[in-house]
Amino acid sequence: MTIAIASGKGGTGKTTIATNLAIVASEKYDSVTLLDCDVEEPNSHIFINGKKIKEEVVNVRIPEVDESLCTECGACSNFCQYNAIVSLKGKPVVFKEMCHSCGGCTLVCQPKAIHEVDHRIGLINFYKSGKINLIEGLLDIGSPLSPPLIGAVKGYESKDTLNIIDAPPGTSCPVIEAIRDADYLILVTEPTPFGLNDLILAVEVSRKLNKKFSVAINRVGSGDDRVHKYCKKENIPIILEIPDDRRIAELYSNGKIILENLPEYKKCFEEVLEKIGTVIQNGQ
Amino acid sequence: MDNKPREIVVISGKGGTGKTSISASLAYLSKDCIVADCDVDAADLYLLLNPITVEKHDFYSGHIAKINQEKCIGCGTCKELCRFDAIKKNNNSKFSVEPTSCEGCKVCVEFCPEKAIDFLERLCGEWMKSETRVGFMVHAKLGIAAENSGKLVSLIRNEARKLAQEKGKNLIIIDGPPGIGCPVIASITGATDVLVVTEPTISGIHDLERVVSLANHFRIKPYVAINKFDLNPEVTEKIEKISNELNAQVVGKIRYDKLVTKSQIEGKTIVESNIPSAQDIINMWERLKIN
Repeated sequence: MTIAIASGKGGTGKTTIATNLAIVASEKYDSVTLLDCDVEEPNSHIFINGKKIKEEVVNVRIPEVDESLCTECGACSNFCQYNAIVSLKGKPVVFKEMCHSCGGCTLVCQPKAIHEVDHRIGLINFYKSGKINLIEGLLDIGSPLSPPLIGAVKGYESKDTLNIIDAPPGTSCPVIEAIRDADYLILVTEPTPFGLNDLILAVEVSRKLNKKFSVAINRVGSGDDRVHKYCKKENIPIILEIPDDRRIAELYSNGKIILENLPEYKKCFEEVLEKIGTVIQNGQ
Repeated sequence: MDNKPREIVVISGKGGTGKTSISASLAYLSKDCIVADCDVDAADLYLLLNPITVEKHDFYSGHIAKINQEKCIGCGTCKELCRFDAIKKNNNSKFSVEPTSCEGCKVCVEFCPEKAIDFLERLCGEWMKSETRVGFMVHAKLGIAAENSGKLVSLIRNEARKLAQEKGKNLIIIDGPPGIGCPVIASITGATDVLVVTEPTISGIHDLERVVSLANHFRIKPYVAINKFDLNPEVTEKIEKISNELNAQVVGKIRYDKLVTKSQIEGKTIVESNIPSAQDIINMWERLKIN
């Protein structure tokens, strides 16, 4: 089973919820896999504090032109939809950052002058902390395309344990890639105008992908009741409410886990897992 | 001669650090700028600036493949060649494209032996020019699950630049996206300054280092604003030290102020509300102005 923690906007508390859920789940299950798919800024490792056991370089396949075979026909640059190959005075030049690795240029090249080579886009770090396996994607600086790295992280989803995905913020390609195959989504938001605006977008994405989902409201009490009203109107269950507690903000700022320091919150995270288990078993 | 306007892009490694509140406040203080919301994934600036839209345009970017069910003979060539796992087999043994997975690469279109796949222009959202109380604003709404937010970001910036020239403004303030990926790169390339908003948290340090390296990578001058600096003075001190080492000047320290949410609810920028953190932003603006 895979639960993804997503939000329209960053900074709403995705990592807080993902890491605390992982810890609660690790007390219940034999093992838990936490996949940090927020590859631009992965932060779960700060809270999980595990031991790094290995790392793996992630490459994508990009074209390389063998000039001795190239007839300078321009088919590759004409075909590329991403301007990743441009013909300069007939000679094809590859802009590797733009390449989506579709393989089209290699297929249209008649003289077979193009083959694919590895191009590094980032790393996957593997950490272990007790029964938690943390698998973290870390995008290289200056590398624009995160979905292939997110895909690679998801490749380590465990078939027979609980997986928790810490998704990137937003509503575009990286988020879609991260949550596409999840069994259940938790959308994290705040009770503010920004929070509601971004929650509505996240709900639209979840519905478009046909996902079961519920909402977690963080910093309850800091704003107003607009998010609660919206969820009620749209019939969206609120699975978790975390109060606006300065102690939580301070724990977060020191990279500490809520559960271990404020045990009174433990019960609500346990309930989240129970509720999701029931929903998935009963098919909503 | 063209006088290139100054272009300050407000970014942050992580979302929710206060980029939008700060951008809106700076725009308000400048009294004379073009403001652009390049956080197209979660465009929130309009909630503070209450724009009245004067122009609206569809945003098309790239293409999407669509299989003509009448022509499809179910050979599966498309599925075999698609690297994005975007092609699904239907109950009737024919194939169709899953739009949220299709990257518009055209491989299936080109190599379908029956020529059964159309390549349609993809509507990805819309963008607007609006009037606000702080000046003209360019902003957008990205379609749900749409691709290419980077391209939309570039479009908004170009429109903001054109508008600045048209209206004779020499400052553009851009509310940027979070992270270090495609949308951020699109929002800072060619900018004159970036203002990195961070918070005194352990993850904040980590994100700051990454985003300042990105600015350095593109040779753009980075400034740093530490929001909620009093939440953790020790980490704030660390951030100041690291910023120094990375050649990023700390121009602002904004206190933790619960009333920011209240001013957000009232649809006001921080500096329009008489709240404690307003003065911190005014001080920051003074420093940014002379730099």
